[in-house]
Amino acid sequence: MGTDSEPKVVAFCCNWCSYAGADAAGTARMKINPHFRIIRTMCSSRIDPELILEAFSKGAWGVLILGCHPGDCHYKNGNYKALRRVALLKRTLAQFGIEPERLRLDWVSANEGGRFAQLVNETIETVQKLGPLNLHQEVT
Amino acid sequence: MSKPKVAFYWCASCGGCEEAVIDLNEDLLTVADAVDIVFWPVALDFKKKDVEAMEDGSIAVSFINGAIRTSEQEEMVHLLRRKSGLVVAFGSCAHLGGIPGLANFHNKAEIFERVYKTVPTVTNPEGIYPQTETKVPEGTLTLPEFYDTVKTLDQTIDVDYYLPGCAPPPDLIMGAVQAILAGELPERGTVLAPDKALCDTCPLAEYKPEKLSMSQIKRPHEVLHDPKQCFLAEGIICLGPATRSGCGERCINAGMPCRGCFGPTREVKDLGAKALSSIASLIGIEEEEEMTEEELEKALDNIVDPAGLFFMYSLPSSVLRRRRIK
Repeated sequence: MGTDSEPKVVAFCCNWCSYAGADAAGTARMKINPHFRIIRTMCSSRIDPELILEAFSKGAWGVLILGCHPGDCHYKNGNYKALRRVALLKRTLAQFGIEPERLRLDWVSANEGGRFAQLVNETIETVQKLGPLNLHQEVT
Repeated sequence: MSKPKVAFYWCASCGGCEEAVIDLNEDLLTVADAVDIVFWPVALDFKKKDVEAMEDGSIAVSFINGAIRTSEQEEMVHLLRRKSGLVVAFGSCAHLGGIPGLANFHNKAEIFERVYKTVPTVTNPEGIYPQTETKVPEGTLTLPEFYDTVKTLDQTIDVDYYLPGCAPPPDLIMGAVQAILAGELPERGTVLAPDKALCDTCPLAEYKPEKLSMSQIKRPHEVLHDPKQCFLAEGIICLGPATRSGCGERCINAGMPCRGCFGPTREVKDLGAKALSSIASLIGIEEEEEMTEEELEKALDNIVDPAGLFFMYSLPSSVLRRRRIK
């Protein structure tokens, strides 16, 4: 993911709400900090903790997971699963010395372009203060 | 025709894998008849120089157990790799890092301080720690370098096959030995165990409810386990959903939940993350729409050490490999 001089946030967006929300933000030409990459998934519950760890190990400074608001999941309860996984993973990350604030789960509906822009900007601002993770430095 | 030469070696391990070889019982005699054991420090008096004197590639197979945490272990496995046709990572520690791999939540300085200074049974006011070189009147004494990070065997040398388990069960060991002797080996890099999750072969599977929900998480000592009940249904975390089967369900049959010593199935890279995912999604499913985030956090408080639990046997082989070095 390039050099470690600039913040990098991976934003996993669910196909049904938050990806459309990102589209809405773009259509409305909202100002968004550019240091993020969107990965579109069918549901926030598709984001296995394994993928989040993979993102961090490959150089992401932060991971943002956006799904449908509670009660609105296209698959009925996927976002509740995501909520549980992220809550437990945050505690685990802390034990690995990775600040839990680097991982954020939130909800964005299809018409909440402004909310999408705000969450992305906030997350990038947070990781900018924390700096790069620098995992896997060769150690003996 | 001369018999195939076999070596056994141990690195950062508890000795349980050596026991597992002895646990072959009478089968060990069959193995001993079929092969020439040329190196086995725990049982036979061969030295490093004997191995060095062998021709490269002359050992048919080396079974190496234990994780790699010192320069001595590193040197020995490189030597054995050079001398061996096949290298089998034997047991959880060589395969995944195992229990010694939990040291990756710390570093050398913290471990030395604990072991040689602050542990209650040690008095060391001057803070004397092991050194790689110590000058004494007779000359210089040396010790291997102790590394900050524990590695798996395949993070150190090329590994051909893996025998999983803490320790590997006799039937899998014999299966592997017979396959090697007969030259009927699967694709290089294979874990020589079934590629199914433990839940698929678990004797408690028949008691598993259709819809599992863990409303309250309990630790094994807090529950009187019913031998006819799935651990997850009792609220006890069991890593069966994410762990490879083939162990003979030894822990389950002894009334203890799975802790993941067989590692993940083939398609999974990170057992800890996968197990965490599986368990988290079961928390309070029945009332998931009503459960507030505060209630969820309270339920999670009962998982006292999530990283240590989910990565108990697999930390060095996981995606993150160790605690972050800042």
